[in-house]
Amino acid sequence: MSAVLKVTGMSHWFGGLKAVSNFNFEVPEGAIYGLIGPNGSGKTTTFNLITGIYKPTEGKIEFSGGDITGAKPYRIVRKGVARTFQNLRIFGSMSVLDNVRVARQYAPVSSFLASTLRLPSYKAEERARKAEAMNLLDVLHLSGRAKEQAKNLPYGELRRLEIARALATNPSLLLLDEPAAGMNPKEVQDLMALIARVRDEFKVTVFLIEHHMKFVMGLCERIKVLDFGETIAEGVPELVAKDPRVLEAYLGKKGGH
Amino acid sequence: MKIPRTPWLLVVAAGFWAAVQLLRLVGFNDYYLFIANLSLVYVILAVSLNLINGIIGQFSLGHMGFAAVGAYVSGSITTLIFKLSPNVAAHYPGFVLALVAGGVAAALVGVAIGFPTLRLKGDYLAIVTLGFGEIIRTVFNNIDAVGGPRGLLGIPKFSTFTVILAFALITVAVIRNIAESAHGRNMIAIRENELAADLVGIDTTGYKVKAFALGAFFAGIGGGLYAHLLQIAHPTQFGFIYSVQVLIMVYAGGVGSLTGSVLAAFALTILTQLLKSGLSSLKSLTGLPIGGDWYMVLYALLLILIMLYRTEGLMGTREAKLMVIPEEDDK
Repeated sequence: MSAVLKVTGMSHWFGGLKAVSNFNFEVPEGAIYGLIGPNGSGKTTTFNLITGIYKPTEGKIEFSGGDITGAKPYRIVRKGVARTFQNLRIFGSMSVLDNVRVARQYAPVSSFLASTLRLPSYKAEERARKAEAMNLLDVLHLSGRAKEQAKNLPYGELRRLEIARALATNPSLLLLDEPAAGMNPKEVQDLMALIARVRDEFKVTVFLIEHHMKFVMGLCERIKVLDFGETIAEGVPELVAKDPRVLEAYLGKKGGH
Repeated sequence: MKIPRTPWLLVVAAGFWAAVQLLRLVGFNDYYLFIANLSLVYVILAVSLNLINGIIGQFSLGHMGFAAVGAYVSGSITTLIFKLSPNVAAHYPGFVLALVAGGVAAALVGVAIGFPTLRLKGDYLAIVTLGFGEIIRTVFNNIDAVGGPRGLLGIPKFSTFTVILAFALITVAVIRNIAESAHGRNMIAIRENELAADLVGIDTTGYKVKAFALGAFFAGIGGGLYAHLLQIAHPTQFGFIYSVQVLIMVYAGGVGSLTGSVLAAFALTILTQLLKSGLSSLKSLTGLPIGGDWYMVLYALLLILIMLYRTEGLMGTREAKLMVIPEEDDK
């Protein structure tokens, strides 16, 4: 399988702090790929670098064969990289439906003039936007909430809404930043099934960050483990789980310091 | 056959026009008409500022700077035409073109200011727009060709009630249609969470510049109408305090609610006049040392009360029914 995302020699400094150090990895197309590591190991920074929020100090990011290093976030999204956030970033006062349809930016929007005059081309476009958004809400079991203000939704539903919104951008790569955070075991089970289903139904590659070990081990086909900005292990879950350096990073050194 | 939706906005505007024409027959004097005109000018200024401050959520404090550009540009054009031939009626098409030219000039200034400043957020943007508003005003204060500190005098009185009402209607309709469109959704998303807006693929900077330009365009139109109502464009008319007055209308009406801006523009313009005359007559009746100028004290007090007891303003972000465009399959 070819790599949908290829990162070579990527480093990022915040002043004197090296948050990400010489990262090299490839996310295979169609995979569910996991990035794990203790707090402060550079996971979210990696996502921020891929999505263009930060520009890497060194290195190169390629997506679907094209160089996206340092491109503007909205352009990267339109190329097909979507993400969710660790601490939810919902458009609170907008309706659930609007949260999703506002994300359909890959298709051109009519000019201000055509929109103001409500020309037929604009109306057709709006119908398409709404139909697509409603379909996504159906898949994520949120269609009953379409008209509600997003901020009134319970936490678990907001997490699903963020996934729906990310999918509305028509991505080929979906980045999930701690999707299981704050969920109970039942919700985590459902989420695992949902992510697998989304991957198959929308033909996306999933790249996720997570603390929840059972979740990562049960869902991901390939895992990369970070500690203090460095890669300490990479491979299939069964091998990574046995790697002594991974155990050390998570459980501490044998015999103590 | 599909029945077209009733254009309620047009109906309300026509009703307002007819009501004023009827009242003119029964003692609605020139002073009242002036207040109606002034209110409508403030409707244009407040609604256009609400697009910037309310819909896309960029705090601008220099709205009167754009109005000044519109006033001076359109005023210069019409005074020139008027000097050539003082036939007022024949000049209305020219007047409308001059207003639009003033609006376009204001929009260009808006874009020129927007590009370097719209990366700034919150307080910083507010201070920078305040500064730019003052720069624009000071520039006019120092250009002798437009009267310098004396102001641009002899502007023909082209702003009739009908013209102002027509432009107010166009402003409200256009800004409403944009706010209620996919573009409006994109703008509201930027207001709600800029980073998330960026990361669903919205060109946030592009939208901010566009919203700034559009708001400035209508502010320029409003400024032009204002100059042709008072027959003068003077630097002091476009001072910071007047930008604040428009801002107050936006907040009193409910930031993000266009209905609120329209209502507050009327309410506060009328209130200002009532306070001025009320306090003047109170002074002559009782001899108390508080004259008409003290209206600002009561006005400010009212604002403090709004901010303390009704932060969301009159309307919050709600809209009157006629300001909402229903979705096709919702009917």
